[in-house]
Amino acid sequence: MLPELGHFALILAMLLAALQGFFGIAGPALGRDRWTAAVTPAVAGQFVMLATSVACLIASFVDNDFSVLYIAENSNSALPLFYRVTAMWGAHEGSLLLWVFLLGCWTVAVAIGVSRLPRRFAARVLGVLGVVSFGFLLFMLATSNPFLRLDPPAPDGRDLNPILQDPALAIHPPILYTGYVGFAVAFAFACAAMLEGRMDQMWARWTRPWTTAAWAFLSVGIALGSWWAYYELGWGGYWFWDPVENASFMPWLVGTALIHSLAVTDKRGLFKSWTLLLSILAFSLSLLGTFLVRSGVLVSVHSFAADPTKGIFILVFLCVMIGGALTLYAWRAPLLKSQAGFDLGARESFLLFNNILLVIAAATVLGGTLAPLISDSLNLGTLSVGTPYFNPTFMLSMLPLTALLSVGIHANWKRGRLSDSTRTILITLIIAVTTAVILVYGVYSNGKVLSPVAATLGVWIIISSLIDPIDRMRRKLSLPRSVVGMAVAHVGLGMFVLSVTTVESFTLERDVALGVGQQTTVGNYEFRFQGVKAIEGDNYNGVEGTVVVTRHGVPISVVYPQKRQYWVQRQVTTEASIEMHHGSNVFVALGDDLGAGKWSVRFQIRPLVNFLWLGAFIMALGGGISATDKRYRIAKEATAPVAAPGGVTAG
Amino acid sequence: MNRFLIPLGAFVLLAIVLAVGLKHSPEKGIIASPLIGKPAPVFTTTLLNDTSAKFDSAEFKGHWTLFNVWGTWCFACRDEHQALLDIAKRKEVRMVGLDWKDEDPTATQWLQDQGGNPFDVIATDHDGRIAVDWGVYGAPETFLVNPQGVIVHKYVGALTMEAWEREFLPRINAKS
Repeated sequence: MLPELGHFALILAMLLAALQGFFGIAGPALGRDRWTAAVTPAVAGQFVMLATSVACLIASFVDNDFSVLYIAENSNSALPLFYRVTAMWGAHEGSLLLWVFLLGCWTVAVAIGVSRLPRRFAARVLGVLGVVSFGFLLFMLATSNPFLRLDPPAPDGRDLNPILQDPALAIHPPILYTGYVGFAVAFAFACAAMLEGRMDQMWARWTRPWTTAAWAFLSVGIALGSWWAYYELGWGGYWFWDPVENASFMPWLVGTALIHSLAVTDKRGLFKSWTLLLSILAFSLSLLGTFLVRSGVLVSVHSFAADPTKGIFILVFLCVMIGGALTLYAWRAPLLKSQAGFDLGARESFLLFNNILLVIAAATVLGGTLAPLISDSLNLGTLSVGTPYFNPTFMLSMLPLTALLSVGIHANWKRGRLSDSTRTILITLIIAVTTAVILVYGVYSNGKVLSPVAATLGVWIIISSLIDPIDRMRRKLSLPRSVVGMAVAHVGLGMFVLSVTTVESFTLERDVALGVGQQTTVGNYEFRFQGVKAIEGDNYNGVEGTVVVTRHGVPISVVYPQKRQYWVQRQVTTEASIEMHHGSNVFVALGDDLGAGKWSVRFQIRPLVNFLWLGAFIMALGGGISATDKRYRIAKEATAPVAAPGGVTAG
Repeated sequence: MNRFLIPLGAFVLLAIVLAVGLKHSPEKGIIASPLIGKPAPVFTTTLLNDTSAKFDSAEFKGHWTLFNVWGTWCFACRDEHQALLDIAKRKEVRMVGLDWKDEDPTATQWLQDQGGNPFDVIATDHDGRIAVDWGVYGAPETFLVNPQGVIVHKYVGALTMEAWEREFLPRINAKS
């Protein structure tokens, strides 16, 4: 009964989404206030239906209802309760339902947030969101329904893919999707502003907190995925430039550009058409990511269920949404004129370069991701683009970006000359170079040519970001959340840059065959292998190795890396053991049984690697602090134009 | 020329690339295998229910072979079973099954439940190593091996009669 109820609720949700889209766009356009007024009830109704649908699917998972095909394929009676719940989004159909449900959550939040905005504008925003939701619901019901029954029912399920049975990966999709879907809000605001023909600074002000929040979720989502890959896949890497990773990274890069360009539009009324375009692009790339992941046009380790017929549907949907928005843009953007100018040394210039570099970075990632597809379409043979392409091209735009950040962060709006902050720039640079040299040649010794440069840039960002808040505190000035948030996010970025540098430059790695009692040395650490023993969990069994770790003979810890074999799918997963020591990660993963009591074991020492994810989380935290600044709280009188204040606050 | 039309133009180009890519991908069998055009991986293993007899990959030589990777735990394998039985009846190729990560008695019982054994010979892969060499991503997967022992085609997912006639038969007829 429950699956049918969920299925029915999903159909109702689709109908309500259609109404929401229709009334939200047609109501204001035709000046029919009654239609406009019907939008909010449609939003509420759609949300209730989506929530019902999600609840039904989760309940069926918890009940082990293997008469539902999706559950039979993705769950098992031996699966622990926690993973029976998270298995709901373990594959294509359920993750789509999660996607639409999260869109419903955002829509409700927006409906509450925009209730103080002009009624027609609010209706248009919700209307655009309704169209997006309708498209996804139609897609689900037509090609990817999670409620289809299996007749006869399966005696037991095929189990959740074992590599997904992990806490970080269980919460990774909801957070990542919250970010993806959040860009739909910026997209909807941009479309609404263009439909209305009213693309003023207020539009940018209203959009900012939503975009920043979405960006923060996306950052956390990507970081969790990367962290998971690091300890679960057993290779010790944190980023593989896999098409699916790129699919989440491209919206992030453009979203980062959007946050900065929104700041300029909000503060100074500039870059309006550019900001509109970025709002469209950020969400378009989220949709494109969905297409790439789900259509099977690209081969990826992530695409578990790829299906070309789904691809056709998504492609049509992409054309309607992105094509429609860009047509609207081509029609409306020429009406925009920026009145104000700015100096070359002003903050606006730096943010312009920031935007250009971030968009170039996104474009190089897009090019690399699509390269196999393009070469295949043109019959140039199969081309594979990997790290040798991505790493250098990405660095080419990121290194100047980080350098510009440390200089530009001190610049004022409108009238700025570099000479105003020369002293600060030089002092911070000297401190950064000194720290980097000590770190590269003193602590870790040697390294590559770029190591000291990149380390300098990382440290420089951290110091430069802190100057403004410290200065404000010293002068007992107010410290708004947007200032704190910006500093925190940039410190996070600096930590990230520093971490990537040390990890790429100073990682030590060894794969060795060890018998019981044998020892190997990696860097300053010695590892003694004490053999393996059998283990058994709820739905798997496996082996656990014991390795004693010492540093120059001083015992540090004993680690227990595991290899598990899950019963149902017979898949083997690696549970690496990771210990923190002196800022480095000591990574031990169990390889293969080589017979005669010998095992292959992988050892890695990765300095400061935790800063990578910590940096990403701190960036997201900064975004969260910024998004909750009280200047974004919309007052009743907010419709009156507000003069752009000067000063150095930016989000 | 309206410069604000540039993004739309770029998107149209992108959409064309995606559409062409989409048109190509079903032909690739969804996941293109690097093994296509290469000799079948070499292996020797025991037969289902007969640990004394062996299957050797050298046996691929001399006739067209359908090599199907299946397991009792795989749902889609149940779906394709009828198609395999029908293909077996037509005697167009030698049918070799690889029973992936199974126990022999379970597998035998399963074949009975599904209406019979379509295979001329069933090799076993208890620990899953052979399937790894073949680059198997998930069951079922079906390979077409030519009389020279070279892999000609790979099909992912439940095999259907229609897919057999569309993707396998033309390749056999063209080259034999």
